[in-house]
Amino acid sequence: MCGVLLAAPERRKRFEVRRSGASRVDRPIQPVGAIGMPGLYRDQGVVLRTVKLGEADRILTILTQNHGKIRAVAKGVRKTHSKFGARLEPTSNVALQLYLGRDLDVLTQCETIESNRALREGYGLLTHAIPMLEAVDHLTQDREPVPAIYRMLTGALRTLANRRSALVTPAFFWKLLALEGYEPRINACARCETPAAELPLFSFDLQEGGGLCRGCAMGGGRQLSVEAFDLLSRILSGGLNDALDEAPSPASHDVEKLALAAMEHHLERRLKSASLI
Amino acid sequence: MASYEGSVQRLIDEFGRLPGIGPKSAQRIAFHLLKLPKEDAHRLADVIVEVKAKVVWCKRCFNIAESDLCSYCADERREAHLVCVVEEPKDIVAIERTAEYRGKYHVLQGAISPIEGIGPEQLRVRELITRISGEGITEVIIATNPNIEGEATAMYLANLLKPAGLVVSRIASGLPVGGDLEYADEVTLGRAMSGRREL
Repeated sequence: MCGVLLAAPERRKRFEVRRSGASRVDRPIQPVGAIGMPGLYRDQGVVLRTVKLGEADRILTILTQNHGKIRAVAKGVRKTHSKFGARLEPTSNVALQLYLGRDLDVLTQCETIESNRALREGYGLLTHAIPMLEAVDHLTQDREPVPAIYRMLTGALRTLANRRSALVTPAFFWKLLALEGYEPRINACARCETPAAELPLFSFDLQEGGGLCRGCAMGGGRQLSVEAFDLLSRILSGGLNDALDEAPSPASHDVEKLALAAMEHHLERRLKSASLI
Repeated sequence: MASYEGSVQRLIDEFGRLPGIGPKSAQRIAFHLLKLPKEDAHRLADVIVEVKAKVVWCKRCFNIAESDLCSYCADERREAHLVCVVEEPKDIVAIERTAEYRGKYHVLQGAISPIEGIGPEQLRVRELITRISGEGITEVIIATNPNIEGEATAMYLANLLKPAGLVVSRIASGLPVGGDLEYADEVTLGRAMSGRREL
C-alpha cells in the first residue's frame, strides 16, 4: 500500500487509529525480559544439551526461567577464540541475551551464573547430572514457562556438585514427577487403600502409581523393603537433606532404580544417559 | 514435483545425502560438475573410488591408513613408550601441526557422550588397554576435546589407566595466545589459574 494515494475517509480512519494508539495492538508482543530493541530479550537458563551445527556452531537446548525450554544457535562457539568460551556446556546455569527467531533463537551474549564445574570434572557426578537434564528436556514443552522446574533443576545440580550424593538424581526424579502430578502413593495401599500404618506396604507398582500391600501385590510390582519405603517417604516429605548424608545402602540403591523406572514409565521412553550411571 | 533427467537427478540425490548439503546446494554442485571438462570429472570420480578402495583403519591406532599401519605407527623414530589419545583422526593432524609431539597416537573414534548414550564400549578403549599391555607404553596423554564429552572420556580413561601405574596426563586448558584476559570465561580462566606454571 506504500505510496498509493488513499481516499480521504480511509486516510482519516488511519490517522484516528494512530492518535488513539490502537495500532499498538498490531505490533508484536514483546517477550518477558525484552530489552529496548525489538526481538531481543534476556533470561537465565540451564543448558540441557548441545548439538553440533555446521562448521563451528552449536544448537543449544536451554531451560530458561521465564521462557520455558528454548532452542538457540550459538554461532562460532566451537572455535577456540569464541566469545562464549566454555560457558555453554551442559549443566551450566547462564544469564543470556537472545534474539527471538521463528524456530531457533540466536544467542548474542551470555554470562556464567553457576558453571557447576565440579560436575564436569568428576565422571561419577557427570553421569548422575546428565540424566536430570535429559529428563527435563523430555518433560518440558518448547516455550512453556516452568519456573518451578528451573528452580528445582538449578538446586539439584548445585546440591549434586556440593554434596556428591548418588541420591540427588533419584530424589530429583521423584520430586519432578510429584510436581508434574505423579506423586506416588506410599501412605496407603494404592489398590485397597488400607493405610500403611495398619498394613505395611510390600511392593511398588508403577501402573498403580504407588505401594501395594502384600495381599494386593500378588507377585506384581517391585518388591521394596520397609527401609526403602521409609527413604522414599522422607524424600517426598521434606527429609531429603538428612537422607543425603546417609551412606549408600541397599534401600537407597532400590529407590534409585525405582526412580529411574518411574521416570521412564511416565516419559514412555528410555533415558539414554541412564545407562552410564 | 518436477525433476531432472535420470542420471542428473541421481547425481543431485547423491550430493544431497552428504552432510551439510541441502537440495539447492546439491543441484548447484551437480551443474558445476556438468560444466567441468571430462578429465576433471573423471579425476574426482577416480579419487573417490580410490579412497574407498585403499583407505582402511590402522590396525594399531585406528587412524586412517593405506596399509595395515598408518604412517605414525610405522615410523620407527617415534617414541613408542608415549601415546597420545585423541577422538578423531583429524585431531592427529592438529597436534602434528604443532611439531611439539614425537610419540605415537591412539584414535578412540568418538567420545563418551552420556546424553547420547555413547559409553566406553562403543569406543576403541579396549584396544587401547591391549596396546598398553603389549607395547610397553609408560605414558598416556589424553587429548580429547575440552568439552563435556571430551572431559567425561578423559576422566574415564584416567580412572582406568592410573591404577595400572601409568603416567596419565591431560593436555592443558587455558587462554588462547593473543587473546585478552577480560574476555576469558570463568571456567577457562579458572583452569588457567589452577594450571599455572612457574617461570
